[in-house]
Amino acid sequence: MLKYIAERILYTLPVAFGVSIVCFMLVHIAPGDPLTSILPPDASAQLQEEMRRIYGFDRPLPVQYGLWVLKVVQGDFGTSIATGRPVAMELGRALGNTLMLAVLATMIGFLFGGLFGFVAGYFRDSWVDRIASLISIVGVSVPHYWLGMVLVIIFSVQLNWLPATGAGPGGSADWVWDWAHVRHLILPAITMSVIPMGIVARTVRALVADILSQEFITGLRAKGLLDVGVFRHVVKNTAPTALAVMGLQLGYLLGGSILIETVFSWPGTGFLLGQAIFQRDLPLLQGAILTLAMIFVALNLLVDIVQSLLDPRVQRS
Amino acid sequence: MSRNRIKQLVSTSFLASTMLAGAAFAQEKVLRIGMTAADIPRTHGQPDQGFEGNRFTGIPMYDSLTQWDLSSFDKASVVIPGLATQWAVDAADKTKWVFKLRPGVKFHDGSALTADAVVWNVEKVLKKDAAHFDPSQVGLTVSRMPTLRSARKIDDLTVELTTSEPDSFLPINLTNLYMASPAHWAAKLAAVPASVTDPAERAKQAWVAFASDPSGSGPFKGVRLQPRERFEMVANKSYWDPARTPKIDRVVLIPLADSNARTAALLSNQVDWIESPAPDAMPQIKSRGFTIYSNPQPHVWPWQLSFAEGSPWLDKRTRHAANLCINREELKGLLNGMMGVPKGTVAPDHPWWGNPTFDIKYDPASAKKLMNEAGYTAAKPMKVKVLTSASGSGQMQPVPMNEFLQQALKECFFDVELDVIEWNAVFTNWRQGAKDPAARGANAINVSFGTMDPFFAMVRFVSTKTFPPVSNNWGFFGTPEIDGLIATARSTFDDKARDGALANLHKRVVEEAPFVWVANDVGPRAMSAKVKGVLQPKSWFIDIAPMSID
Repeated sequence: MLKYIAERILYTLPVAFGVSIVCFMLVHIAPGDPLTSILPPDASAQLQEEMRRIYGFDRPLPVQYGLWVLKVVQGDFGTSIATGRPVAMELGRALGNTLMLAVLATMIGFLFGGLFGFVAGYFRDSWVDRIASLISIVGVSVPHYWLGMVLVIIFSVQLNWLPATGAGPGGSADWVWDWAHVRHLILPAITMSVIPMGIVARTVRALVADILSQEFITGLRAKGLLDVGVFRHVVKNTAPTALAVMGLQLGYLLGGSILIETVFSWPGTGFLLGQAIFQRDLPLLQGAILTLAMIFVALNLLVDIVQSLLDPRVQRS
Repeated sequence: MSRNRIKQLVSTSFLASTMLAGAAFAQEKVLRIGMTAADIPRTHGQPDQGFEGNRFTGIPMYDSLTQWDLSSFDKASVVIPGLATQWAVDAADKTKWVFKLRPGVKFHDGSALTADAVVWNVEKVLKKDAAHFDPSQVGLTVSRMPTLRSARKIDDLTVELTTSEPDSFLPINLTNLYMASPAHWAAKLAAVPASVTDPAERAKQAWVAFASDPSGSGPFKGVRLQPRERFEMVANKSYWDPARTPKIDRVVLIPLADSNARTAALLSNQVDWIESPAPDAMPQIKSRGFTIYSNPQPHVWPWQLSFAEGSPWLDKRTRHAANLCINREELKGLLNGMMGVPKGTVAPDHPWWGNPTFDIKYDPASAKKLMNEAGYTAAKPMKVKVLTSASGSGQMQPVPMNEFLQQALKECFFDVELDVIEWNAVFTNWRQGAKDPAARGANAINVSFGTMDPFFAMVRFVSTKTFPPVSNNWGFFGTPEIDGLIATARSTFDDKARDGALANLHKRVVEEAPFVWVANDVGPRAMSAKVKGVLQPKSWFIDIAPMSID
């Protein structure tokens, strides 16, 4: 088992290296000026040159990359050009906020997705299946930012029940798990959970239907096992794949959703990335993309390991 | 429990929570503002995020030597004394200015504003070997006062500023140099851990700490910064100007870049004031009892034309025709009335107006005649390619507005191609010019600009010394006559005479028409009816200090 884990960790190193090159190059080849946020458009050519020299953008790209990687491996992601604050600090705060939102959205998505999937798969081709399938298709298909806006119009603007924006009355730094704060989390979490809910529901439905059609289920029933017992076996066989799907979904959600976090002004990673893109804040953009990519890789690794623990066949293959 | 009972309980609990949240604010008078900025503008004294930064984290917290008069709704906003009570250029050497400082002014930390503090604030962006030199403030400041070179203390309340060349625009430029407290910064520097030994890194960390706990001399004092989420300021009850001593206890700034999010925040009572509400939501906002404030700003939404070789705009008749072919009142209707109709770069009531002989109005018959004389007809239209963005600071509603122009100009034999690219890329090309490949063959560019200062309003667009990459004369427009008018304005030091020289310049600029002047922004903002004493001047700025809240 340890050898398997060590191998999997080793595989992540070239991935990390590749990701670092891609994210560095992508942000540098995009049009626009990285000093936009601190240089007005009327800045003189001389001032622009001077600022490029001060911030090191006058150096050749390979040199800039080398210096950046050297700092990153020491845990220093540099300083945001736009704000002057350390990138690691900006990222840490945003990741915490997105983690809170993503975990809640994942829980909602997994709970309802699993429920709809099991019900639909267990009662395949019945009206229950059709309703559950319809909900999951709608979940996958509906543009989530649109859903977010609709929820805001209904619950914030019209009913005045839940806040439309922000992460609490005093901002995310004052976050406590009380109603005054949690109410800020409800609409974005529901909006964010819709896609994973749809995906999990469809996956689980297909899995349950497939497992129920297998011979061992007939065998179990022939042995006189009640529905509850059969259901337990179905859950056990469905879990590894559902978990893998959910792990990937959590990875996507941890990346934050630029659209959802912008609609709700939720100060997470998606919101941060959106701002970094528009401000051409290269250190922040590079740091954010690399961190999020590595979180995704780490989650994949974690899912692989948990899957292999749940189902030893995975390890053997 | 009956369904009605459950419904009643749920409603009561929502109401109670809303009231509880509101009760926290009921103790003090709090004004919550939803800005268009995506982040809190920098709080260390030289804000970013364009003029919105000056509006919300500049003017409320800091003072400058000269400042804008924001006390009139109908008169053009002009420069008035701020921390300096009087100033004059040296009669013998026109590169030297003497500023007399206002006595008795204190920074929020209690230290006194003296000539030393002014020198320190000039050196924070101009003296590279100064301990407190901050590269991140240079770009935001130096370009707004391009000729300022140094400062020298004469006595505790007198300071001498030196420019690189005689420049009568300096007092106007100085509205952008805010005075931060040197003593407070020194305390932040002393608090940097001794383990940080690099002086530049120590200074950088001191500025980061200063931004979280700023100290200026303005009517509000910054007390709490949550990056990208909110910034709180409290009233400075001992402010030196009684007319601007705040009546509001606390101001909360919230960045809400998306116009729909801002509107929703206002309609759900999360904020009391939003900048630039979503245009489609105006009727709903008004119907819910909010007040919309607007006033034409010193702002121009134009097409800046190319004078590069081969450009069809080289023929003045085409430039005049384009200006005459736009029904701006109709465009105003399209924007729900939220635009001003320009007659030039500045308005006819402005000291720099100058009575141009070319009248910018809607006259399609004259426009068609001019186009015919220039050799264009419906069968042989003039090809125009315009570089624009889908959004951007000051750009209003660029796509629908440009599509309107495309349709309107078609009537006068213009065949307009719109090239919509990302805002940052448009902005970058604005510096590079029409001849650069990044212009993608465009012969006009749509970038809006502010007109508070003569350099930014006119000089940078019409001087042969400001061809790209020096500044924003994107279209390479210029004539010896206009260069001469600029030189005269720059070296005329009597305020009235300088304004007269600028009026001569403006007159000739309008007559030559290097722009198609399309719209002025009116800076719409929506506020709760409980915000009182709101006066929206003809300016990019607004003074929060005299406002009150019920």
